[in-house]
Amino acid sequence: MTQNAFISVRNIDKHFGAFQAVNGASIDIGHGEFFSLLGPSGCGKTTLLRMLAGFEAPSSGEILIDGQPMTDVPPNLRPVNMVFQNYAIFPHLSVRDNIAYGLRKQKLSREKRYEMVDEMLDLIKLPGYGERRSHELSGGQRQRIALARALILRPKVLLLDEPLGALDKQLREQMQLELRALQQTVGITFVFVTHDQEEALTLSDRIAVMSGGHVLQIDTPRGLYEAPNSRKVASFIGTMNFFDAQVLGAEGGHFVVETQGLGKLRVPSAGRNLAPGDKVEVAIRPEKLTLSDHKPDQSDGAVSGELENAAYLGERSHYFVRLPGVEQPVAVSAQNSEGATSQVNANTHTWLNWSESAIVLIGKE
Amino acid sequence: MSGRGFNKPSRSLRLYSLIFLFVLYVPVLFLPLFSFNDSIYVKFPLTGFTFEWYGELFEREPVWNALMNSLKVGISVSVLSTVMGIFAAKAITRYRFPGRGPAVGFIMLPLVVPLIIFGVALLVLFSRMGVSLSLYTVAMGHLIVCLPFSVATLIPRFEGFDKSVEEASSDLGENAFWTFWRVTLPMVFPGVVASLILTFTVSFDEFIMAFFLSGSEPTLPMYIWGQLRFPKEFPSILALSSIIIAVSFLLIFISQWINRGAHVTSVKGD
Repeated sequence: MTQNAFISVRNIDKHFGAFQAVNGASIDIGHGEFFSLLGPSGCGKTTLLRMLAGFEAPSSGEILIDGQPMTDVPPNLRPVNMVFQNYAIFPHLSVRDNIAYGLRKQKLSREKRYEMVDEMLDLIKLPGYGERRSHELSGGQRQRIALARALILRPKVLLLDEPLGALDKQLREQMQLELRALQQTVGITFVFVTHDQEEALTLSDRIAVMSGGHVLQIDTPRGLYEAPNSRKVASFIGTMNFFDAQVLGAEGGHFVVETQGLGKLRVPSAGRNLAPGDKVEVAIRPEKLTLSDHKPDQSDGAVSGELENAAYLGERSHYFVRLPGVEQPVAVSAQNSEGATSQVNANTHTWLNWSESAIVLIGKE
Repeated sequence: MSGRGFNKPSRSLRLYSLIFLFVLYVPVLFLPLFSFNDSIYVKFPLTGFTFEWYGELFEREPVWNALMNSLKVGISVSVLSTVMGIFAAKAITRYRFPGRGPAVGFIMLPLVVPLIIFGVALLVLFSRMGVSLSLYTVAMGHLIVCLPFSVATLIPRFEGFDKSVEEASSDLGENAFWTFWRVTLPMVFPGVVASLILTFTVSFDEFIMAFFLSGSEPTLPMYIWGQLRFPKEFPSILALSSIIIAVSFLLIFISQWINRGAHVTSVKGD
């Protein structure tokens, strides 16, 4: 991706007075990619998006879009368009005039303009809505008008600032699918800001996880979930069990570590450089752990513990297992598929099993 | 308590407000009352009904001249102060700049500083500078009086809409001028109309500044002042004043009506 980066964010800092909103962010986004900026509120993701749009100027660093430096380019001359969090529909204009707003400079005939608007209305599945006013529209409809208004200009990049945040759950899930389909239809690079990890995982080709102004990790949804590079990323995306560990030695692309709770483990080194004695953490997802009544015959690892708590959630159940020497109970998630529901009662003895490939090594922060 | 209902208006407060409005407006209502009275003396009992005083007004050339002067000043002052008010209100609500608080204070100051002070100060200034008094000097004085009304009318309009719609316009390719023309101005338009009408009324009715700053061309209030010396003219002055009251009331009512919901309509946008 890095060789032919379409958007290149290079070492961006942004200060608001004494507050540093973005700290040394570097991101490369490929052409036609659906890229998400994910993080809790206040992590700098919206500020970064607004710098791409040109509403904020970086304190230092550089942004390039399609090879062009954007530093001195005002928002109205950038090849990007934005869908605002509150949609920012012009309340004094009809839907048609909203969508056609950016076409003024193209000096088209009225017929041509209306034709283009009608095409957009078909694309966003609101045909015949041209004469309506913004106060006659629902949240989902406004969101689509905002999309159409941006897309009609054929931008190279579409920026979306939590566009689904204001919608209810059902509509949001429907819009996620439509947004993804739309992005594949128009083939424009999307940069999408969200604090909803599930939304980011569903929609994105790649995700940058941000926290406190820093970009923590950039990877595909699978990569982030399976191989988080830090405790923050691991706990922000899904649930994760962490165990303190100490490196004992290296062994052919693996490290052997002594963990608190899971015993001695072999974990893939993943290019890390660690010496015996280094303190690290290992992590494992709840759904990669299984429970059994007795010590399994075939398993990479197993320890026994006390089942403390069980929660039935319909399609799956959550179990919490207390291991000797581990402060937090270990979370285990199991699918309630047919035949798999062995009755597990609280406060009973149980075995915790895992396979070695599911263990993730995380550097100590 | 539970039987009466908490939101029921109190009877004594209602009585108070009736008395308040009575005391405020009854003296004013004597003007139209006596303007239709068939006598040159303002005293009871009324002697008869007549349109004579109104009819007489229309034949007096100085009244028409004064009216034209007031209209010239009023229209140019309302346009100028509204334009300046738009820029001031936009700057105050959209930008953070050093001295923003004091700037607002200075714009609003003429509302509380006695106009006689501004009048004298301007008179001294103009005479020192060798500027002869005319309708232009009156207009300048009125501009000071009217600007706070413009700004106070327009600020709620600018505050009432989300600045992301202006950002959206620039994001969609429009520069600052076109964004102002296509988005900002239409959205604050009711406030602009209200400001035009309000400042016109304020200028049209203003006396103190005109008293100090007008030369040989009197505005309508100056004309009225001049005629008060002649008892015979008094009923006609009453008729003229009645017309001014009626028109002012109507204009203010219209401007309030146009600018109703300065916040309500705009907040719907999100």
